[in-house]
Amino acid sequence: MYARRAWIVLWKDVLVERRSKEALNALFFFALLLLFIFQFTLGGDRERLAGALPGLLWLGFVLSGLVGLGRAFLTERDHDCWEGLLLSPGDKSAIYLGKLAGNLLLMLLVEAIMLVLFGVFFNIDLGRRLPALAGVVVLGTVGFAAVGTLFAAMTAQVRARELLFPVLLLPVLVPVLLGAVKATEAVLAGESLSGVMHWLKLLAAADIVYVAVGVLTFDAILEG
Amino acid sequence: MDWFDTMMADFAVQVSGLKKFYAGRPVLTEVNLSIRPGEAVALLGANGAGKTTLLRILATLSRPSRGKAVIAGHDCVKQAERVRESVGFVAHGAWVYDDLTALENLTFWTTLSSRPADGEELRTALTAVDLDRFAHARVRTFSVGMKRRLALARLTLSRPRVILLDEPFAGLDQRAGKWVDEYLAAFKAAGGCVLLTTHSFGRGLGVADRIVILAGGGVVLDTPTATLSPDDVRRLYEAHAEDPT
Repeated sequence: MYARRAWIVLWKDVLVERRSKEALNALFFFALLLLFIFQFTLGGDRERLAGALPGLLWLGFVLSGLVGLGRAFLTERDHDCWEGLLLSPGDKSAIYLGKLAGNLLLMLLVEAIMLVLFGVFFNIDLGRRLPALAGVVVLGTVGFAAVGTLFAAMTAQVRARELLFPVLLLPVLVPVLLGAVKATEAVLAGESLSGVMHWLKLLAAADIVYVAVGVLTFDAILEG
Repeated sequence: MDWFDTMMADFAVQVSGLKKFYAGRPVLTEVNLSIRPGEAVALLGANGAGKTTLLRILATLSRPSRGKAVIAGHDCVKQAERVRESVGFVAHGAWVYDDLTALENLTFWTTLSSRPADGEELRTALTAVDLDRFAHARVRTFSVGMKRRLALARLTLSRPRVILLDEPFAGLDQRAGKWVDEYLAAFKAAGGCVLLTTHSFGRGLGVADRIVILAGGGVVLDTPTATLSPDDVRRLYEAHAEDPT
């Protein structure tokens, strides 16, 4: 029953997003805008680009993630469904896992689009590096989404939500961003995954800790 | 089981010495109220009298500052999860997702509440509130009254022992209002307990066995409705709710 409750939250979020396309459309154009700005800033200088690319890539992921995650519980708030979630009997962490899975899907979709656009805009051949890069991106995104979903719930009911959400989230994301940017840098430079294993271990550990904290504390956060 | 618990067992809802303060401002100063299984109580009071606050405390959405609230033998603060299994609550918001259909909304809420219903049950619930023709229509296209009816369909599927309704007739047409009356009468006859707030002196009082008037933070009148006409209720309301002194 626990898995079924988590699944129904994911099913609902995917269905709502598929029909409204509110988050996806906004994030797509936001990502496109970021890429244009990066392109104008760096131009065609391959040397500068090589050094800046991992950071830019994750800056794009983080900024679009902040926009997407910040909206994670707005549907509940705008439709007075927050009380319904709170009053549904049973372990509330199932709701957290369902929401996390929905956010993760959305973020990975936007990141996949961004990766393709990065390749096109900066004329980078990601082909051979794609499997390793995908592994790093997935590991980084799980931690990002785990803590982002939790803080989105925490700030959903407060007035200064837009300000508070990134202020709370970004400092906690430092280990994930550090590991993800370093591992991405190494992968883009042609290193194998075994060469960046220490960063991957950091990412995996952060993912486990953040998801565990989310599962354990979501009930208290929902209760306010 | 001590004497208090023994006494509680006779009541579906038991509120004793309940107080609620918001930022130091008293909203409920001393509320005592008991409702037996199979009984319906209409809660009347002016705006700001604390009717919704009382319902929210009983629904476990808000904590009392002092005092005790017990539903179906479970403390609303210490055993909130058990209370939630027994209570069906329809507040001002309908708790519906605009981009889901009526059927999908019911599927979502019943599954989330660990009371999954099959297609037949969902259809029956929608038919009961006259929304069966709109089962596959997105809720975005619904009127306020239709959303309200969908919320009532959700309530019936949650199979509660105690129903808490905040202004259940607001936005409903005559037909839907009549259905609510009939549903609550049947629910009561099956041993269920109902506490509803209303500003109407006609609708809702038909199903109520007692009216309770809240004013000045407490219960100022608790009387059976058996011999009261809507005009009597209006006079009592004017005498107590609008001038609690």
